[in-house]
Formats: sequence, structure tokens, C-alpha cells
Amino acid sequence: MRRLWTRIWGLGVMAVLLLPEIAAAAGPKAAPLVIVADTRKFTGWEAWWTNLYNESHLAFALLTIAIIPVVGLIFGVLADIVMNWIGLDLKSRELAEH
Amino acid sequence: MEFFYVLMPIAGVKIFWPGLIILGIGVGIIGGFFGMGGAWMVTPGLNILGFPMAFAIGTDIAHMAGKSLISTMRHGKFGNVDYKLGLIMLVGTVVGFEIGAQMVMWLERLGTVELYVRLLYLVLLAFITWMVFTDVAKRKKKEREAAAAGREVDKLATGLDWSKTLHKIKIPPMVHFKEAQIYCTAWLPIFVSFLTGWLAGILGIGGGLIRMPSLIYFVGCPTHVAVGTDLFEVMISGLYGTATYTYKGRTELVAALIMLCGAAVGAQIGTVATKYIKGYGIRIAFGLAVVGCMLSIIMKLIPRWVPALKTAMDVSATVFILGLVSALSLYIFLKMIEGARREIAQKKATAKVSVAQ
Repeated sequence: MRRLWTRIWGLGVMAVLLLPEIAAAAGPKAAPLVIVADTRKFTGWEAWWTNLYNESHLAFALLTIAIIPVVGLIFGVLADIVMNWIGLDLKSRELAEH
Repeated sequence: MEFFYVLMPIAGVKIFWPGLIILGIGVGIIGGFFGMGGAWMVTPGLNILGFPMAFAIGTDIAHMAGKSLISTMRHGKFGNVDYKLGLIMLVGTVVGFEIGAQMVMWLERLGTVELYVRLLYLVLLAFITWMVFTDVAKRKKKEREAAAAGREVDKLATGLDWSKTLHKIKIPPMVHFKEAQIYCTAWLPIFVSFLTGWLAGILGIGGGLIRMPSLIYFVGCPTHVAVGTDLFEVMISGLYGTATYTYKGRTELVAALIMLCGAAVGAQIGTVATKYIKGYGIRIAFGLAVVGCMLSIIMKLIPRWVPALKTAMDVSATVFILGLVSALSLYIFLKMIEGARREIAQKKATAKVSVAQ
């Protein structure tokens, strides 16, 4: 039962994350101002990235929300390694005060 | 000098990237330590660096999501994150935020609400400041009385005991939150998160600044668990915000990633510092940060009545906020170094003793 609830919660959170356009808090649609990235200034991955932005905001958004947590995770794990190397205990906290 | 500037692919402006890293470190430290996103500190910084406003909010939220994930991972290992409480509160936060945001739009259609929103924000911040410092004063009083009676005050004693009264409400379902060491009705965190979400929606802020003290004073979380659990919520709402703003084309991922490089380091420092600072130390520093936020809003309000001071006040508010970020970051950084040194020295001493035996 507990696992079922955890799954339901997980699915609910996923729905909110994956379908941001259904949420009313996103407010009214952005002003009908179309921002176009200037691809002429770039080559390589930057040109690809700006093209992706111009062609599909949805693909751009999906990639962004995938990249951010992945990069965060990588930095987190790297920091773990560094902190362990320094010799800090990262698994407990002795202070038990409110 | 060209090396220090990077052309942003989407915004099309050249930005001084070391500035982004420094800003990331500063807000990373403060965010990891207090459990908040810190948008009110980042936006003026991005403005100074020449970032277009259209991209400032989306970029800030995107870096905030990554930074909060790093801090949540670390706080989680310390046992500072109550995931069950965080998920339950998420329901209230989302619903409250929706209603708050819709209310503001409805009020905007009736007329300007900006001034009233800022005044409400001020009142709220003043209340939080009062709450924090009253709590600290009452706790100190308890300590003094205990010392006079020749005993030590209970480590779990608090100044304000509102949460204990709220825990007496026994409306089912009753829930036990293991990390937060709370047994209360599930409606309490739902109601509190609804209220904080509603206020955040009205004020147009992330809500960490309101949620963190609410977790302490109304839900009854220990300070460290309030910080960790709030960061967990900031992480989820940050990802949600990133999705919405990026879909509207308002996120500059390159800038967010550069900031994240600094924020990753800062978040670690801020989070590890909580290990060495007592709960009440965090509360006092948080109270000071709230006072700083309040002063910056007052500075932004002054030109409404004295328009001639607009430029001076804008500059002063930005300098003040960045000064506050620097001062708080430095304080937290020094505390972290001090605590880490002490811990390493203790470990070495213990190792020596065990070798001698």
C-alpha cells in the first residue's frame, strides 16, 4: 500500500513537471513577442542549440529540463568525492538542536 | 579581456562569465544554508552583468533547480530531508500557488496591484522577522532561567511553541514524519503549504523565504530538517518553473550552467556549514537575511513617493543586496572552514589515540 502511494505521488509530480502548459500558474501565455536567436553568429554545438531554440521550444524545453538535473547530479557526485577526499564526514550530523 | 566574455546563444549578449560564477557561488552558499532559492538576490546581480530581463527570471530558476538538487542530495545524506513531508506539502503548495497567481491576475484586471503586493510582502517579511527574533529572545530567556537554576536548558527547547499547540489537532489522517520527528494531522502541513503557496503565488516569488520559517514555527520541524525539506520543494518547483519558462523561450541555458558551476561549489559549502552551526544560529542568520530583503524592497518603494530618487535607490538597492549576499556568504564560508578544521583535527586526534593503544 505504501509503495502504491509512493508511485501515485511520483506520477503526480511527473505529470506536473512534464505538462507545465496545463498548469494555470504558468499564467497567461507569454506576450506575442517572438524571440529569435541569431544563428549566424555561431558554429558547431552553439549553432545547433540556437537552431533547436528557433525550431521547437518544446524540444528545447525538454532538453533543458533534462540537462539541468543531470548536470546538478554530476556536480553533486563530484563534490561528494572532493569532500570525502578532504576527510569530512558527510553522512551524519551530530548537532541535535531545534 | 575577450576571454572573460561569453556570447549567449539565445539572448545574443556578451556576458562576463566569472561574474556569473561568483554570483552562483554566493547564492549557492546562502541557498544551501537557508533552504531557499534566492531569486530576490540573483535578479539584481544578473541585471548588473547586463542580462536582458526577459531571460533573467527563467535563467535564475533553471540554475536554482540544479543548485537545489545538489543541496538536497547533501542534506538528504545528513538526514535533513523529510521526503514524505515535502511531497505532502507539494500538494498544498501547487494548489495554493495556482489560486494566488490567478487572484493576482484577476486583481490586475481590476487595477494596479503592484504597490499592494509589495506592501503585503513587506508586512509578511516584518512578521517573519518578528517571529524569528521573538523566538530567539524567548529561547535565550529560557537559557538564562535554566542557568540561574543551575541546570541546562533542554536541547530541543524552542522559544515559540505554536507548533506544539497545532500538533494537538487530531483530525485524521494522522501522520508520523520520521526525519522531522513530528506526529500530526496531515492537514497541518497541507494547510500551511497551501497558505505559503498562496502567498508565494500572490507575491510572485518562489516561496522559500516564507516556507522555511513556516516549517519551523507552524509545522514544528527542527531547523535543519526545515532547510533540507524546503530545498527539496524548491528543487521540484524549480524544475517546474524551468519547464514553463523554457517552453516560453525565456531561459538561457548556457548562463544557467555557468552559474551552476559556481552554485555547485556554493551549495556544498552552505549545506556542509549547517552541520557545524546550531539550529538557532541558522535562525538568527536567516532573520538578518529577511531584514536585508525587507530593506531592499523599501528602497525600491521609495521612488514611488520621491521619483527624483529612482536612480539612486535602484543603485543603492542593488549594491545593498549584493553586499548582503557577499557578507552572508563570507560568514557561512568561514563557519564551514572553522567547523571542518575542528572535525579533521578531532579525527586525527582520535586516530592517534587508537594507534597509541
